[in-house]
Amino acid sequence: MLAGGTDFFPALGTRPVTGTIIDLTRIHELRGIDTASDHIRIGGATTWSEIATAPLPRCFDALRAAAREVGGLQVQNRGTIAGNLCNASPAADSVPPLLILEAEVELTSSSGVRRLQLKDFLVGNRKTCRRPDEILSAVMVPLRFKDAPSIFLKLGARRYLVISITMIAALLSKDGDGQVGAARIAVGSCSATAQRLLELEHDLVGQPMRHELCSLVRTGHLGPLSPIDDVRASATYRRDATLTLVRRALDACVGAQS
Amino acid sequence: MTRSPEDVAFKPEGELVLRVNGNPVNVATSPVRRLSNVLREDLGLTGTKVGCDAGDCGACTVLMDGRPVCSCMVAVAQAESCEITTVEGLKARAPLFDRLQKSFLASGAAQCGICTPGMLMSATALLEQKRNPTETEVMDAIGGVLCRCTGYRKIISAIMNADLEPVSAITGTGSGAVGQRLVRLDGQRKIEGTEIFGADEMPVGALLLRVIRSPYHRARFTFGEFRPFLEKRPGVHAVLTAKDIPGRNCFGVIPPFADQPVFAEGETRFRGEAVAAVVGEEQAVERLDLEQFPVSWEQLPSLLEIDEALRSGATLVHANRPGNVLVRGRVVCGDVEKALGEADVVVEGEYETSFVEHACIEPESGFARRVGDHMEVQACTQSPYMDRADIAAILALPADHVRIIPTAVGGGFGTKLDLSVQPFIAVAAWRLNCAVKITYSRVESIMSTTKRHPSRIRARAGASRNGKLLAMDIAADFNTGAYASWGPTVAARVPVHASGPYQVSDYRALTRAVHTHLVPAGAFRGFGVPQATIAQEQLYDDLANRLRMDRLEFRILNALDDHSPTVTGQVLGEGVGIRECFEALRPRWTDARTEASEFNRAGATLRRGVGVAGMWYGCGNTSLSNPSTIRIGLTRNARVVLHQGAVDIGQGSNTIVTQICADALGTLVDQFDLLSGDTAVTPDCGKTSASRQTFVTGKAAYMAGKALRQRLLKMAGACDCATLEFIDGSVIVTENGKRLPIDLADLPLDQHGYVVTQEITFDPPTSPLDENGQGNPYAVYGFGAHLAEVQVDVELGTVRVLRITAAHDVGRAINPTLIEGQVEGGAAQGLGMALMEEFTPGKGENLHDYLIPTAGDMPPVETILIEKCSSVGPFGAKGIGEQAVIPTAPAILNAIHDAIGIRIRKVPATPDRIRAAIVAAGGPGGYRG
Repeated sequence: MLAGGTDFFPALGTRPVTGTIIDLTRIHELRGIDTASDHIRIGGATTWSEIATAPLPRCFDALRAAAREVGGLQVQNRGTIAGNLCNASPAADSVPPLLILEAEVELTSSSGVRRLQLKDFLVGNRKTCRRPDEILSAVMVPLRFKDAPSIFLKLGARRYLVISITMIAALLSKDGDGQVGAARIAVGSCSATAQRLLELEHDLVGQPMRHELCSLVRTGHLGPLSPIDDVRASATYRRDATLTLVRRALDACVGAQS
Repeated sequence: MTRSPEDVAFKPEGELVLRVNGNPVNVATSPVRRLSNVLREDLGLTGTKVGCDAGDCGACTVLMDGRPVCSCMVAVAQAESCEITTVEGLKARAPLFDRLQKSFLASGAAQCGICTPGMLMSATALLEQKRNPTETEVMDAIGGVLCRCTGYRKIISAIMNADLEPVSAITGTGSGAVGQRLVRLDGQRKIEGTEIFGADEMPVGALLLRVIRSPYHRARFTFGEFRPFLEKRPGVHAVLTAKDIPGRNCFGVIPPFADQPVFAEGETRFRGEAVAAVVGEEQAVERLDLEQFPVSWEQLPSLLEIDEALRSGATLVHANRPGNVLVRGRVVCGDVEKALGEADVVVEGEYETSFVEHACIEPESGFARRVGDHMEVQACTQSPYMDRADIAAILALPADHVRIIPTAVGGGFGTKLDLSVQPFIAVAAWRLNCAVKITYSRVESIMSTTKRHPSRIRARAGASRNGKLLAMDIAADFNTGAYASWGPTVAARVPVHASGPYQVSDYRALTRAVHTHLVPAGAFRGFGVPQATIAQEQLYDDLANRLRMDRLEFRILNALDDHSPTVTGQVLGEGVGIRECFEALRPRWTDARTEASEFNRAGATLRRGVGVAGMWYGCGNTSLSNPSTIRIGLTRNARVVLHQGAVDIGQGSNTIVTQICADALGTLVDQFDLLSGDTAVTPDCGKTSASRQTFVTGKAAYMAGKALRQRLLKMAGACDCATLEFIDGSVIVTENGKRLPIDLADLPLDQHGYVVTQEITFDPPTSPLDENGQGNPYAVYGFGAHLAEVQVDVELGTVRVLRITAAHDVGRAINPTLIEGQVEGGAAQGLGMALMEEFTPGKGENLHDYLIPTAGDMPPVETILIEKCSSVGPFGAKGIGEQAVIPTAPAILNAIHDAIGIRIRKVPATPDRIRAAIVAAGGPGGYRG
């Protein structure tokens, strides 16, 4: 199954193509972004450039920022959201921003359509529960926190074309009393699949929406993460930098509240 | 609407219709072939380059419906119904492209030119959207295209200025070429995409060769049966192993140390070492799954670290090299122990540097063909005559039966001095009597070609209370990998340079090049001196700090001068411009430090710092003969033909050597026809390395130009004050207003086919070093100093370099634009070495794990040129190629220390390492899990 090709061809290397390849890029229904009253549907073959430039509500700011960080412009012009999710890299840039949006994936096969929470779709390092006869036809995002600002922070060892050492997506919505009504924080590149920091989210709810929020972040909040040592960084550094970036992401979310 | 499945399913091989550069073209091919390959191989549009086949370099960028994409990641069938534009199609987009092209030329935005098409495509897409883009918009647009030569800043300004009135580019029509910002003579080809690189001119029907390589650092291997393997694979013609080599199964850049087999025999010494090759028809060989090749491996214990290899009783990588020491280097003067004992202040440190990959955007590539009992090899190389000698020995042919035709080189930086593809294709072409071609994959290139030596350096230095540098003691071990390559040169060069460009009376520098079971470390811009300078310049910073002296003033106080002896006892007598370089940095040093301390008063998370480092570098081979020979001929129609054998790897020797020769002869650059490196048509100008081409080949060109001038003056009976004018068919010599024409039409032609030929050799005067390394190793040194301003995020350990100011004494700036290009590009490689570049054999053999700086990582670089002539060079000129890279990394490391008070002693200073050092020093925060 071939879409943008930005994972398919690098993985191919010098080996010959074998088996049947199905190109999905010319199926019109798989492209584009549709807005309904309570959700937004992003076609699976929608490219990063299309997402980056689409008029989307504020809760998508993190996803749009992530779209500008997937490879270089060349990759953003070809790479698709479904490809990024199906490739299921622990460092997939789209996953943390979609996790904070509580996105679902739509899987289509000749026998029908099913929907799964993204967090349930991704089951491990380069593992999803997509069946071989299914395509990821769309990403469905419920508009629960439509106007809540969201932030994406990616840390790499250079400016462009970089696989992240860690990355954070965060969203804070304000309730009527000026307190944190909902918090969504997800971390990528620090576990086999990106993880929400549920305990931290819980601890933030009901707190005053102030910059001091970031002082609530404790190392114990990183419990769901299990980073590894690799060529990019050590596990210790990943935890350490994640802690800093989570605090900064919260700070930025507070700053972005209108 | 949705297409039915029948519409979208393609036959395995079908006819596709593409629209390329406005024209419909039919292609019969597999629908899943990479678009880049179809453009290059089927449509002959070789302006689109392939650097990685993985979307990591952007060299293959084309426009699909106006949007830049990596054509290596597009299945050709996906491009149907799109409008595809390649660099060859930009002409149709005039006047925008015309302006962009002129801007690239005038700015010196193309050096080697391999990234230029990708840059131009990305820039075109941007400029069509936005006429006057900001710097950030330009960086975003070209962030996906890697350049290894320029340091990006000239590319960025060329794009930003494309819509302005074009700066009138200086061409070869004016007199007095030396000192002019002449547009590079080979520039037009580079910006049109017509330059021929290694992979761009393969003969039709050439067989394809692929190499079988060791998957282990060290392994014993046994071949299975080749016949059944071949019989099952029609179109695959032959398997080649060590047994098929007609001559010597051994090569190496330094003949007495040559030790590398073309194909290993019985045992491999590094991961990626070749054991065999398969050759056959292109499609058949492309389809091969090399995992099926009949070879079985037995992994053996391997030595990877210097210490393991030096341990007594360690396995010997080569039986004839006891202790795994390839070679030792030594320079000693005075009594270092005594001087350190008497010094008021002594500092010491241990430093470590990593494998650095050249990451030329052009992977090694070429073809070979047998012409009767002669062999021709066309490939990218920095050293055609050395290649010729080795290929002749491998094939058991006389040297003059081998012709090396260098293509344009898409980045060299030292790695293309060594043979790579050449022995394989030469042996195959000889055996099969067919043209044979190969292009390395990125993985293969990184796995098997030379690297910068990892080093471990221990050093002590002492000074007196009043700031006088007294003594330096340094011991440096270099991991030279499995084969000698340039290990001996590194071990010899470092002791000469490890004092830095300072007066040090008591000195001891000892080096070893140590074998391990890793990819050979070879030449990389600076031959070990960048590593040693990282140690030495940080140590001198520590000295200044301990003395509470200004770090720049400490260096100025101790700077070498014309009359003080170097650590090898050489008194240069002239052309020592290091003090002037440091002094030129003073204004920015003062301002930068004031700005940094003001900034640091404001907050604690971001800290700014300023660092400086000096450098010297001897031009040419160390105490060895390294002549260049230039031939210059005058044709009957009064054209001057310059046989210039120096390979231009992007640094600009084609242009600079011609500028020098034109002024020496006394005519215009436009009068010249240039013949560049080809062992059949140009005499030996040596290798493009050691910062020697401007100096050595330039001097030979100067002498040849002068000699031709003298011959013509003599023919006309004129004195040296006369002027020369070359007009179709005659040379007009004018002396004090009197015209003395020489009619060329009737003059006899010599053996070279010229009316007059001059052939002159220049070999720089050096002397051998004695057992203490004393003597005159180089006739000329280049000097320089860099000032780096950085910002460190202390919570993340990330570093942003804000600005680099680089002062270089180049003797005479033959072409300031090209020199700035070397300085900016050198600074980019120095920045990469300081902050991000680290190759771990077996891991990350690609350009997304191995990181080099992108357009967004390079700060502005201000170049200050100092001209302290060395009369032995042409018009006083010295080299700049390697000088430019040496001081950047230590200047950045010194700036980091200035910012956070912590020495980072292992490079690269990744966020991980910097943060660990901050936490270890009790800095802010820190994960306590």
